[in-house]
Amino acid sequence: MTVQSVSLTIAGSGGAGVVTAGSLLLDAAARAGWYALMSRSSGPQIRGGEAAAMLRFATEPIMSHDDSFHLLMAIDWDNITRFSAEIPLTAASLIVGDPAHGDAPAGLLKNTPRQAALPMSEIAGTIENGRPNMVALGAIAAMIGLPPAAMRVVVESALKKKGAAAIEASMAAFFAGIDAAKNLPAIPKLPAVDADTKPRWSITGNEATGLGAIRGGVRFVAAYPITPATEVLEWLAPSLAKVGGMLVQAEDELASINQIIGASYGGTPSMTATSGPGLSLMIESLGLAVAAEVPLVVVDVMRVGPSTGIATKSEQSDLNIAVYGLHGDAPHVVVAANSVADCLFTTQWAVHLAEAMQVPTLVLTDQAMGQSRAILPKPAELAFIGQREVARQAVEGQRYKRYAMTGSGVSPMAIPGTPGLTHTADGLEHNEFGTPSSQASDHQAQMDKRQRKISGFNYGDHWAEITDSEVGAGDTAIITWGSATGPAREALQRHADAGGKARLISLRLIAPVQPEKMTEALRGITRAVVVEQSHSGQFYRMLRAFYDLPAKTVSLHQGGPLPFGPQQILDQLKQLTAGSA
Amino acid sequence: MESCAQKKKFLAKDYKSELKPIWCPGCGDYTVLNAITRALAEMALAPEDVAVVSGIGCSSRIPAYTSVYGFHGVHGRALPVATGLKLARPDLTVLVTGGDGDGFSIGGNHFLHACRRNVDLTYIVMDNQVYGMTKGQASPTTAPDWEGSKLTPEGTGINPFQPLVVGLASGANFIARVSASDPVNMAQIIVEAVRHPGFSLVQVLSPCVTFRPEQQEWRDIVRTAVVDYTDDAARAARRLMTDDGFNVGKVLYKGSRPPYRPEFENTDGSIAELEARFAL
Repeated sequence: MTVQSVSLTIAGSGGAGVVTAGSLLLDAAARAGWYALMSRSSGPQIRGGEAAAMLRFATEPIMSHDDSFHLLMAIDWDNITRFSAEIPLTAASLIVGDPAHGDAPAGLLKNTPRQAALPMSEIAGTIENGRPNMVALGAIAAMIGLPPAAMRVVVESALKKKGAAAIEASMAAFFAGIDAAKNLPAIPKLPAVDADTKPRWSITGNEATGLGAIRGGVRFVAAYPITPATEVLEWLAPSLAKVGGMLVQAEDELASINQIIGASYGGTPSMTATSGPGLSLMIESLGLAVAAEVPLVVVDVMRVGPSTGIATKSEQSDLNIAVYGLHGDAPHVVVAANSVADCLFTTQWAVHLAEAMQVPTLVLTDQAMGQSRAILPKPAELAFIGQREVARQAVEGQRYKRYAMTGSGVSPMAIPGTPGLTHTADGLEHNEFGTPSSQASDHQAQMDKRQRKISGFNYGDHWAEITDSEVGAGDTAIITWGSATGPAREALQRHADAGGKARLISLRLIAPVQPEKMTEALRGITRAVVVEQSHSGQFYRMLRAFYDLPAKTVSLHQGGPLPFGPQQILDQLKQLTAGSA
Repeated sequence: MESCAQKKKFLAKDYKSELKPIWCPGCGDYTVLNAITRALAEMALAPEDVAVVSGIGCSSRIPAYTSVYGFHGVHGRALPVATGLKLARPDLTVLVTGGDGDGFSIGGNHFLHACRRNVDLTYIVMDNQVYGMTKGQASPTTAPDWEGSKLTPEGTGINPFQPLVVGLASGANFIARVSASDPVNMAQIIVEAVRHPGFSLVQVLSPCVTFRPEQQEWRDIVRTAVVDYTDDAARAARRLMTDDGFNVGKVLYKGSRPPYRPEFENTDGSIAELEARFAL
């Protein structure tokens, strides 16, 4: 069943507090028992500047934004047209603006949305210390059916430090907004829900990534700030300290990756988080970690590239560098989260994979899920813990072989401090002892071993999330990954509502590829659409290279920063299945 | 070397591996390897409690020639590897070895920040003013008029990098210069460097007999520094900026900054507490 939901955007310029307003609304919705997703968009300014908080509320869990917004609440119009492509409006949408700031700019009116006026600044002016954004929140709450009591709890908590007067001023403005909303046209309202029925969390993708790392056992993180990955690191800094780990700010990404190589060589599960430009700098040392067999996790919160690109906005275009960026033949693991909640699962899994195989493991998330906050069902406890096969004792009369040939390819690793097992870990090609070697036979043997580690590993069912439509899989598949999974999932739901059958395959394990599992997943499928947010169709090309896809497979790809809407994917699905039952 | 008589007795050779170095006969790096192993024996450190970390270059081959734990990484990144290792494993004694190109050119930024961060590491730089492994190109410490490289046949025309001055200005906590011609003195200085808390920088004048054969004269040019170390950075800076680079054999500067260690809030927090903050 398609979820019942309401979508709205709050926009305004620096100081209007739209992101704060959005967060308050999200928290209040959480109190009211709803599920929600909030993403944000901002201009390039360091501080202030125009900003928009995009929110969707529902009574059931949601994975994606809707195709358009029911409401655009504009505190003012400054530079708002910069966001117009990101705030799709229809004739049924409603724009509410403050007459004190004039008329809505023409750029927003293309699809002739309804318009209404709310004199936010004038109403706020009648209340001591009243702020227009709280008036806007009152109006929004009234329009979408959010109980005022939920907002009071949230405002009290947010303004605790500012004192009772500030709380009362905010609530007075909020109630004045509720009052003023009586004159506004209607948008969809959500019913009240029993807030205590199911345990829920409020978490961002970047926080979930950090938590996944700690759950997996990461206790050393090196950090160099970069948008949009910084919040992963900022969440980890105090959190690691609480569980006996540490975060070190490095001088650059070259230092971050090498610090975690050092810490991991010392026996501590280690990680760093970055975005495309930082990943580019780390690539050489990732190859070192492959050759020296040092387990580590690198999270890439992808943003629009190439080069500096659009630092604050999302794209799925680092797939190629993550899979193919390393020089030489360098088997490593690339996994990708497919939702805010899955950032936790996938990162925790990544620590497990890295440690088990002594291999660098890349986690791809992106700005859209990293910087989105979601109200979601409490994530399940997971069993994955990073566990390294460790050599603990010297064998009498035998020199320790750090890179010993084993069936699995994984060689027990001696941790510094262990008597009798000293060795040098090396990025030079080496023999079983770690001694540098330029012999073809050693290269062949070590290459085979490093490949065997990851080819022979049992990734279980986690390689992909496979979901059939409620009416069955039929003969059609949507194949996707990462953030594109959310709207694809909703497209599948809507397709099912209309009786359409399809199967959604969202790849979590990008490398090594799993052709046999894919063949199994595609059994009975005769046509497919591949969905990704990449201008050149990187994912589609990778699938073409490694998998037997149905003869009728089409690629739906677009560069960032605009996300896919569910309808866009549904339309492609319908087009693909047109003319058959 | 009798000072450790009551401890378990180690000999310098106990710290050497069976591998034969790839270095040219007469290379200064042989004596550095000798001095390091001699210093480790003097300190009677168990081989498993010591790690030697390096990047790329002739001198960066040292880890595999020792019998302690070693890490041979990529060009220029030895210091960050060592930083991560030491912070994660403060119980280990961590030495970093490398050359002037690895440390001051490709790894220059890490050098600045390692000095500044002051993690308890000992950084031994074998300075021969040339890239030896790539067959003789000008390095950051090469004189501007050296015309021995096909890459810069007219000389670089660039003033040489001053590692000790830069190290001092960046916050290195211990600075010394030694000559490869005196391994006994070098071993003593390395012992002092390891024992001094924080980031210790030891510059070794280590001649490249193949691409800078004229450096063999260094053994006659070097002189033992006439003054003992100072703990006054300004005074040390004046000395370093006015000497000709051949005053060796003594510690030049000792600072008293405490080594960098990230603060642990506590270690008895639980993941459940972290998760509780997300629960509604």
